[in-house]
Amino acid sequence: MFKWLHPYAKPETVYHLCGRLMPWLMGAALLLLLLGNIWGLAFTPPDYQQGDSYRIIHLHVPAAIMSMGTYSAMAIAAFIALVWQVKVAQWSVLAIAPIGAVYTAIALITGMAWGKPMWGTWWVWDARLTSELILLFLYLGVIALSGAFSDRQTGAKVASLLAVVGVINLPIIHFSVEWWNTLHQGASITKFAKPSIDPSMLWPLLISILAFKILMLALLCVRLRTAILVNEQHRPWVKAMAGD
Amino acid sequence: MVTLGPFLKRELRLLARQKADWLNPVLFFLIVLSLFPLGVGPEPNLLRIIAPGVIWIAALLSVLLAAERLFKDDYRNGVVEQLVASRQPLLAFVLAKLLANWLSTGLPLVLLSPLVALLLNVDMASFIAMVLTLLLGTPLLSLLSVLGAALTVSADKGGILLALLILPLYIPLLIFASAAMEAASMALPYHGQLAVMLAMLLFALALVPVAVTSALKINVS
Repeated sequence: MFKWLHPYAKPETVYHLCGRLMPWLMGAALLLLLLGNIWGLAFTPPDYQQGDSYRIIHLHVPAAIMSMGTYSAMAIAAFIALVWQVKVAQWSVLAIAPIGAVYTAIALITGMAWGKPMWGTWWVWDARLTSELILLFLYLGVIALSGAFSDRQTGAKVASLLAVVGVINLPIIHFSVEWWNTLHQGASITKFAKPSIDPSMLWPLLISILAFKILMLALLCVRLRTAILVNEQHRPWVKAMAGD
Repeated sequence: MVTLGPFLKRELRLLARQKADWLNPVLFFLIVLSLFPLGVGPEPNLLRIIAPGVIWIAALLSVLLAAERLFKDDYRNGVVEQLVASRQPLLAFVLAKLLANWLSTGLPLVLLSPLVALLLNVDMASFIAMVLTLLLGTPLLSLLSVLGAALTVSADKGGILLALLILPLYIPLLIFASAAMEAASMALPYHGQLAVMLAMLLFALALVPVAVTSALKINVS
């Protein structure tokens, strides 16, 4: 398997692979985003208790799920970067971090907008909300740490280490609604047995989650390509491409 | 573990010679505490209510103050580089640092706690909870601040960055420690919170030293 994977550690291969995948991913993400959101916002029945204001779920839940999914992707890349010293993995950590930070911010802001009509308050110091806020701080810490060193490579390595350390927060976020009985409701779609959400609302939600996931990959392709070009600017293949 | 002794001796000797390194954070802790009665008013009941949070936030800030200089001098004069290059295990150096850091910043806070209890009008039950949470929590604070100091040791703007990195990681500890003291002040059992703090401490004790050694190696290379 490693023999098969090995060519993908080469920046040039990854650059071209990302270039090929990017249009497809971006197109699929936009299509699914439109489909999921229009279906969810306009054509699903209103909730019997929350009325129409539950519809923000189609932004809130995908952003929240992907804020954690993006973090795990970043942490895996960071682990690979630290253990096997793969340069591309190192750059992807820094490429993923801002995407994850924006997803986390979206999850927090839409959560606040949903909390106001439902709970009567913008913010409570509930376990789920607090741990999600810590996640945002961790993303910002990774970004800030990577920029704090005069040597770019040291910054990337140290930021990777912080990303790995911060993984401890993911189980805390996931189980916070079970460990502490607080205001944020428990999971309604990640239960394996039977989702406690009606299928007519579930399908557009699943499409939105998929859309956010593919959008993350598409944005990662764009950012990783830029990072590869910046870091490899003195290599022959970049110069040949630029026509020097 | 044979090498832990000399390292610890060196750390303690350094602390004995540079008293400002550990005296200033302790003084800072007391000053921050005495600011609160001035800021919110000297009402005894109010002080008793806010005491858990105030004590713990002051403890966090004073430990953070000491953290910045942890590896700075050893990094600047090349000690860290020599240790990474030598055959001595770096882990012993890190453990000695940790122990010395707790002895110089965590332990004084525990010893000062009777005075703090008087200042903030804390009753007996909460006082016992405060001592227990400080005993379990300050080693964890030391672990996290050593980690932050090791990550940022060669950074250009180390100081403020360290605060940004470490304060979010302190949050779970702050939540459980003040919850334990709150429960104690209402005469409720608080074994659960103490058990969670002990679990966090043991978990960090197992993993943080390894992360610190690899952070130091990255910063040297």
